Amino acid sequence: MSLSKKDVEYVAALARLHVTEVEKEALSAELSRILEYAGELKKLDLAGVEPTSHVGVTQTVVRKDEPRASLPLATVLANAPDAEEDQFKVPAILEG
Amino acid sequence: MQDLTVGIAQLHDWLKSGDVTSLDLVAASFARIGAIDSAVQAFLTVTEEAALVRAKENAGKTPDGILDGIPFALKDNMATRGVKTTCGSRILEEYIPPYSATVMDRLDAAGGVLVGKLNMDEFAMGSSTENSGFFPTRNPWNLGTVPGGSSGGAAAAVASGMVPYALGSDTGGSIRQPAAYCGVVGLKPTYGRVSRYGLVAYASSLDQIGPLTRTVEDAALVLQAIAGYDHRDSTSVNLPVPDYMTALTGDIRGLRIGLPKDYFAHDMDAGMRKVMDAAMEVLRGLGAELVEVELPHTEYALSAYYLIAPAEASSNLARYDGVRYGFRAKDAENLLDMYNKTRSRGFGTEVKRRILIGTYALSSGYYDAYYKRAQQVRTLIRRDFETAFERVDLVFAPTAPTTAFKLGEKTSDPLTMYLSDIYTIPVNLAGLPAISVPCGLIDGMPAGLQLIGRMFDEATVLRAAHAYEQATEWTGKRPQAIGGQA
Repeated sequence: MSLSKKDVEYVAALARLHVTEVEKEALSAELSRILEYAGELKKLDLAGVEPTSHVGVTQTVVRKDEPRASLPLATVLANAPDAEEDQFKVPAILEG
Repeated sequence: MQDLTVGIAQLHDWLKSGDVTSLDLVAASFARIGAIDSAVQAFLTVTEEAALVRAKENAGKTPDGILDGIPFALKDNMATRGVKTTCGSRILEEYIPPYSATVMDRLDAAGGVLVGKLNMDEFAMGSSTENSGFFPTRNPWNLGTVPGGSSGGAAAAVASGMVPYALGSDTGGSIRQPAAYCGVVGLKPTYGRVSRYGLVAYASSLDQIGPLTRTVEDAALVLQAIAGYDHRDSTSVNLPVPDYMTALTGDIRGLRIGLPKDYFAHDMDAGMRKVMDAAMEVLRGLGAELVEVELPHTEYALSAYYLIAPAEASSNLARYDGVRYGFRAKDAENLLDMYNKTRSRGFGTEVKRRILIGTYALSSGYYDAYYKRAQQVRTLIRRDFETAFERVDLVFAPTAPTTAFKLGEKTSDPLTMYLSDIYTIPVNLAGLPAISVPCGLIDGMPAGLQLIGRMFDEATVLRAAHAYEQATEWTGKRPQAIGGQA
């Protein structure tokens, strides 16, 4: 499996990453090698093998539906690059 | 100035006797950091002011518990209220958590004194600490070599006597491999044994927090303090935590230890084979029964890991979008541009690489071929261990294929770097507990042996590691490069 520059561009857009032309070149080679290595898995016959998504103990976690104290808003917003009226502020999504 | 490498029990005895105060120990830690950390570069943040205030509060008081009054440090991916937590990344450079990780709260409640936050590969992605967004850490045994990773700062700080112990995290070997490279003890507990609340998530089905210490006894003491259920981490398991100290009997007669022929069949480095053979002899001499076992899917573990971990990472790291965690690219034209610019500038090369691999493996049309297949292989690897544990109590392996490599040696080829975790990765895929214990020097550099146990059987892992340690003189050796005696 090899990843073209166009593939890299597509995946980068999905991941919300901007990659330069130079990076695209390098990444397409590096990611292709990693995927080639991952392709080893195709050698195995996996028919009927259940996938493992986690190895934790299956436990049902419940608690009483009782309100608990939250962090003060000012504390939460202290890490905001931009905030207004107790909310995280982002650049405009809609024009106008 | 007190020597912080004498072991936690000794430090505790000093405090109890009243001859030494917590302030002395904390001052000793900062003195050692001041003397050698410009060369080792283990710390990202030093919390001197707060630590001294806390140590002074302890003045004149008899220690309550074994960790009371004793300094420690945390890998910088564990949240510390009011103290920067960068995860080794520029994207979190300005982030100051409003809360502390459960492990921090527990050590704090036990009287521990935080002296700082330790360097790491960015978002714990790496095996050398060269992927830190800030600077590489150096191995105290030879400053031209890497300390391993991703908990390289933690291993180097403990190895060079800057702190008696530290906590790291282990997703594919990130506690055990640096512990081996730096000649200290590193324990990865069972998945679910220690709360991960407040640990910055990398690959959530694999991540686990554990101690890096100078001795197996210290690893048992620290695990005791941090293990157990936490309602804030639904993957932490609600099982009783045994008394780990009582496991350290020194007696391993009749214990069955498996030698995976699939690990030893490969062309192992000659020096590593020699120390492994010697370690097997020691274990036999102690009365353990060494049995050959098979882990036939080992060769697929790395491939499975490098799909599963990046897939989970691509999802976990989606939250760093320039809205909530301090850093935001300033010249964005709109929201999407802000996301793209913030992430592209904030993340380093290896993190981007893994996000892209993970996004690809999860993307429409490739999910079955890559991600699902990797999860199926994970099942086979888990079953390999289950089958082996029907016959043996522990599995024996090297921690890493070689000793520490040179800085820059593997940075140009991500795949070669990945191979340094070949013996540790299968353990995370199966969720098992494992320890790395110093087992000799190869050309003057430390090597580690790994003992892998059944789910939640840290006690047997610790018992065997402790018996081995007591029968040899490898543990507690000090690197000469920064003024210790080997």
